[in-house]
Amino acid sequence: MAGFILRRLLLLLPMLLAASLIIFLLLRLGPSDPAMDYLRLSRVPPTPQALAEAQTMLGLDRPLAVQYLDWLWKAVRLDFGISYVTQRPVLPSLLHFLPATLQLAGVALVVTLGVSVPLGMWAARHPDRLPDHLVRLIAFIGVSMPNFWLGFLLVLLFSVHLGWLPAMGRGGWSHMVMPAIAISLMSLSINARLLRASMLEVAGQRHVTYARLRGLSERTVERSHVLRNALLPIVTATGMHVGELIGGTLIVESIFSWPGVGRYAISAILNRDYPVIQCFTLLMVTIFVLCNLAVDIAYAWADPRIRLSPEVAHD
Amino acid sequence: MIERALSADGLSPLHGRRFGWTAQIAFTLVALIVAVTAAGPWIMPFDPDAVDLVQRLQPPGPVHWLGTDHLGRDILSRLIAGAGVSLGSVALAMALILAAGIAIGGAAGVLGGRFDQAIMRTTDIFLTFPTLVLALFMIGMLGTGLTNVILAIALSHWAWYARIVRGIVLSLKHREFVLASHLAGMSRLRVFTKHLLPATLSQLLVLATLDIGHIMLHVSSLSFVGLGVTPPTAEWGVMLNDARQFVWTKPLLMLWPGLALFLSVMAFNLAGDALRDRLDPRLDLGHVH
Repeated sequence: MAGFILRRLLLLLPMLLAASLIIFLLLRLGPSDPAMDYLRLSRVPPTPQALAEAQTMLGLDRPLAVQYLDWLWKAVRLDFGISYVTQRPVLPSLLHFLPATLQLAGVALVVTLGVSVPLGMWAARHPDRLPDHLVRLIAFIGVSMPNFWLGFLLVLLFSVHLGWLPAMGRGGWSHMVMPAIAISLMSLSINARLLRASMLEVAGQRHVTYARLRGLSERTVERSHVLRNALLPIVTATGMHVGELIGGTLIVESIFSWPGVGRYAISAILNRDYPVIQCFTLLMVTIFVLCNLAVDIAYAWADPRIRLSPEVAHD
Repeated sequence: MIERALSADGLSPLHGRRFGWTAQIAFTLVALIVAVTAAGPWIMPFDPDAVDLVQRLQPPGPVHWLGTDHLGRDILSRLIAGAGVSLGSVALAMALILAAGIAIGGAAGVLGGRFDQAIMRTTDIFLTFPTLVLALFMIGMLGTGLTNVILAIALSHWAWYARIVRGIVLSLKHREFVLASHLAGMSRLRVFTKHLLPATLSQLLVLATLDIGHIMLHVSSLSFVGLGVTPPTAEWGVMLNDARQFVWTKPLLMLWPGLALFLSVMAFNLAGDALRDRLDPRLDLGHVH
């Protein structure tokens, strides 16, 4: 297992390196000139002389490869430059907002798993009966619901009409209920359907029939013979959902005035504050990749076929 | 000959189950949305951008069926205009994604070797980004605005499609009908367009229909946070953003654009499900390479 984790960790480095190359190159090769944006955001009139000075200061007059290596070398030492707008170092500002985002996305992930597993099990226990149709309906609404609109609907019901939950800001658990539901509904809908299908598939296999023939109780069969095997696709899907949950959090934050990285990043994108955009993107990719690593490890832990076979592990 | 080879695979659109009633509702809804979008300029009761401060924040009534917004603009007209923006941008983004996916994925599958390796590693890199983060980054590079949002969405989704097309091409590449065409002296491009592309189309149609709703949500959420369509233009995400300051006083304002978006996404999702059941019951996104 340790070898498996180590192999996977080593694979992360080239991935992150490639992502950093894309992030750096695309922004440099994009249609606009960082020096002009720097002058605009610093409110300096763009005279030819000021432009040339800004280019020298930002290092834009050097070859692209040198610029990239310089940026990368600084990034490795956690120096992502200073924001054009605030003139403050980028990484500390982003790290200031990051915990709020991670907290919300984490709670949304817990909600996704915590709700989808019982829902999927319930539907699988009564295929083509009322519970199954109900779960299908919920899932159908869930995958079509815009998360930001759902956020508004929840505010309308629970804050405006009932007055039960605070409509905005970050505080105790009550502040997290609505944003977490808005973010997780789509993923939990997909997961519930996936688990249902997966459980029904496993339930038709021979080892399950054999377990029943041995006289094991229905509960034991469901828990140890069906659910454990059926959860594997859910583990894989969770890796994908993490990306959706991160994206959802960035959008939903703005509805609930949640003080996360989303609003900071969006204002940086509006301003074309390049150092912030670069650092934000790399940070999100790193988190996403690490979450997927965790998912891979969970998968290998649950399914010995993965960790014992190097070919499959590299698939 | 192609038809027979394909129907043996269950890929032919001519074979399959009949559509059920949910599918019929879905196709009717999709047709309705497309019709309203196309007829938009003629059926709008008012100019969607005409400001009339005397008539601001009117409740639904006989003149303004769904009421007016904070600038006195007719909400129904803006919803209809917004349908055009939403559907138009989704169609454009989807066309770009499909074109890039077919060209790049097809080339990788047909040519194979180093080229295939290079393309696959490139898609790997793009897939290490969560799609919304990648779209945000692309907007950071290209700048804000609807055109750039469409480009950003295409750039953040093409890799999935390229992989799927490549996978299908690889699975068919060594089949007899393809080998026979090569032996008959057809060029690789011609084999691709005549034999391989038609086989991928039915799967792509299903995927694209299922993804339209997803992309619609992307476009609207980017406009909602202010990166896409700029405010005077009517778009559902922008309308929701305009409505947010009135959640406490005029909640109906945010009901309409959200409902329009929700129903459209649902119609396309239902249609995608129906197409999948009919064209390719075995298609399972998790198992495509």
